[in-house]
Amino acid sequence: MSQPQRSTAQGQRESSQQQPAARPERNGAHILLEVLKAEGVQVVFGIPGGVVLPILDAFGDVAQPRFILARHEQGAGHAADGYARATGRVGVCLVTSGPGATNLVTALATANFDSVPLVAITGQVKTFLIGNDAFQEADITGISRPITKHNYLVRDVEKLGECLRAAFHIARTGRPGPVLVDIPVDVAVAKTDAPVPDRVDLAGYKPVIKGNRRQVKRAAEAINAAERPLLYVGGGVIISDAADQVRELAARAAIPVTTTLLGLGAFPEDHPLALKMLGMHGTAYANYAVQESDLLIAVGARFDDRITGDVKKFAPHARIIHIDIDPSSISKNIRVDIPVVGDARAILEGLLQDVRPRDRGEWLAKIGEWKTRHPLAYKPNGLKPQYVIQQICEVSGGKAIICTEVGQNQMWAAQWYTHRYPRHFISSGGLGTMGYGFPAAIGAQVGCPDALVVDIAGDGSIQMNIQELATAVHNKLPVKVCIIDNGYLGMVRQWQELFYKRRYSGSALDGNPDFVRLAEAYGARGARITETDQVRPALEKAFADPHVWFLDFMVDREENVFPMVPAGEAIDRMIGGMA
Amino acid sequence: MRHIISAVVENKPGVLAHIAGLFAGRGFNIDSLAVGETEDPTRSRMTVVVKGDDAVLEQVRKQLGKIIDVIKVQDFSDEEYVERDLTLIKVGVRPEKRGEIFEVVEVFRGKVVDIGPKHLTLEISGPEKKIEAFIDLMKPYGIREVVRTGRVAIARGE
Repeated sequence: MSQPQRSTAQGQRESSQQQPAARPERNGAHILLEVLKAEGVQVVFGIPGGVVLPILDAFGDVAQPRFILARHEQGAGHAADGYARATGRVGVCLVTSGPGATNLVTALATANFDSVPLVAITGQVKTFLIGNDAFQEADITGISRPITKHNYLVRDVEKLGECLRAAFHIARTGRPGPVLVDIPVDVAVAKTDAPVPDRVDLAGYKPVIKGNRRQVKRAAEAINAAERPLLYVGGGVIISDAADQVRELAARAAIPVTTTLLGLGAFPEDHPLALKMLGMHGTAYANYAVQESDLLIAVGARFDDRITGDVKKFAPHARIIHIDIDPSSISKNIRVDIPVVGDARAILEGLLQDVRPRDRGEWLAKIGEWKTRHPLAYKPNGLKPQYVIQQICEVSGGKAIICTEVGQNQMWAAQWYTHRYPRHFISSGGLGTMGYGFPAAIGAQVGCPDALVVDIAGDGSIQMNIQELATAVHNKLPVKVCIIDNGYLGMVRQWQELFYKRRYSGSALDGNPDFVRLAEAYGARGARITETDQVRPALEKAFADPHVWFLDFMVDREENVFPMVPAGEAIDRMIGGMA
Repeated sequence: MRHIISAVVENKPGVLAHIAGLFAGRGFNIDSLAVGETEDPTRSRMTVVVKGDDAVLEQVRKQLGKIIDVIKVQDFSDEEYVERDLTLIKVGVRPEKRGEIFEVVEVFRGKVVDIGPKHLTLEISGPEKKIEAFIDLMKPYGIREVVRTGRVAIARGE
């Protein structure tokens, strides 16, 4: 040992152990790999650069994790995010300092908003240069502080193992989120024999898991007493793996279920109690049910403004139960009558002990009538985006992992696909990040190599991370990209049509590339679909093929997403799309 | 309504920036902020005075609690507490007027900490109202500079 004195001191301190194990010295980069191994990390998405070279070099010494080279740091971040959402494991990405780190910012904000467990490793300039405006220096812990769950700048290699362990612990537990660990290059090469702790104890971080028993009882009593209860289910149910408990609760007590965008798949939409999505582009019957219900049971959802519309007119007759692991979500936007803080699954299991079967025929009949009178609808003239989504659902058997970009494509994917399985709908909900879907699909495909992974894209969004075609093709990740191509930033155009007197300022995508030839240039396959009867054969061919595909669906250019609640209106004041 | 929020935090770089950023990012205005080490040198205590209705304050408390480096958050509005603010005031004053000021300082149990030919520097501590009353009394003499620590507070009893 190069530090005999230190070893002796350690040995004395741990005299209760028989033989103090010899501790090998290794550098910071190898400590990182040691932690990644201990955490079971199989893959790291990233892009190297000067100050992370010691880390990349260390990857050469291990079989696992695998390093997947993205083509832009944002793509690496979203890929780690898509991997995490599809698998439930912590996604990991690694980028260099300065521009590498700042390019990651949107991916961190996306993951933070949607509670995705991510550990982002950024390189940093040498400790003594920090603050000196060194080459490729950026204060990424300062920049990322409001958009991460937590972050660390590790100035001492002795602390590196502990910080990395804490990063995984924080990312994964409680309300999950991204944690950034900034590692200066001199820390990555510095050596230590300090052991990596098995567990960390953070005085300021003790997430509540089990719900307060009395609150759970109160919630159960309220459910038993309610005439017109409604379950409003969000992404928290998927994160906590509580879809079975939701289904059991709904079935036992005859409670209809509506989900948020991130909650899609938490309840099977072919179930008779399913009302599909609520909110701005939710179904009419889901929104009517909210407005008529006398008890709204929110589980792992946060009453976002796209859900509530005008908060003063939201669910006016309902008492509200709010089950959420994040106490700051409770009574933030909406006054809650019965808050229950904790993990959705643990609390639902508690509720199931006290909730009694009950006949709610009258309430369900009323909802059934709304479903019949106000189904989702579109006029089937020409190649319609809604039809394309329906066919994606049919051809995939509804079993694909659907990733989306943001905008009209995302809303049509939410509305027209029949979502049945948790972790099969992956979309940037809170931040609304265009360019998210394709790299997220790549990450999902890495995590679920046998699954059919489809990115439902717009012709605008796909161009925001189109460089990841190289990542997909090179790594043989056969993602199927279905471009709903209307030559516009479609949702922007829709708002301009409805609220800005049809002045289509800055929203026409003139100058789009030939997506088919572009795909082919990268070594992917491509096809252009202009007629309705070409949709199904094209999907069948692409879905059965082992290559990356770009399917360019030339849809009706001015089709709108309906129904729609204009921003700030009560959610039963919908326009359009009503049969 | 004004609230005094007291938080025990990890004594590490970046924690103050994090908390200040949280207040700014969510549009909460800080009236005063005081930070110092506690009896445990690995921890600091921050005393933050914020204005806002109860819903805003509840959010502030919860958001603070979410920060990993924040160990404990207390809102003193719910309990009995003692508060102090220390203020240094430089008053422009000629020697013949000093006597008047000394009297006021005496009544307020303040201190004279620096004397020059044309100025006096005074120290006063106490609850906010007392300090404000003192500042008002000094105004006619010509206040050159006021430096305040911001409020610190501690709960009464055990």
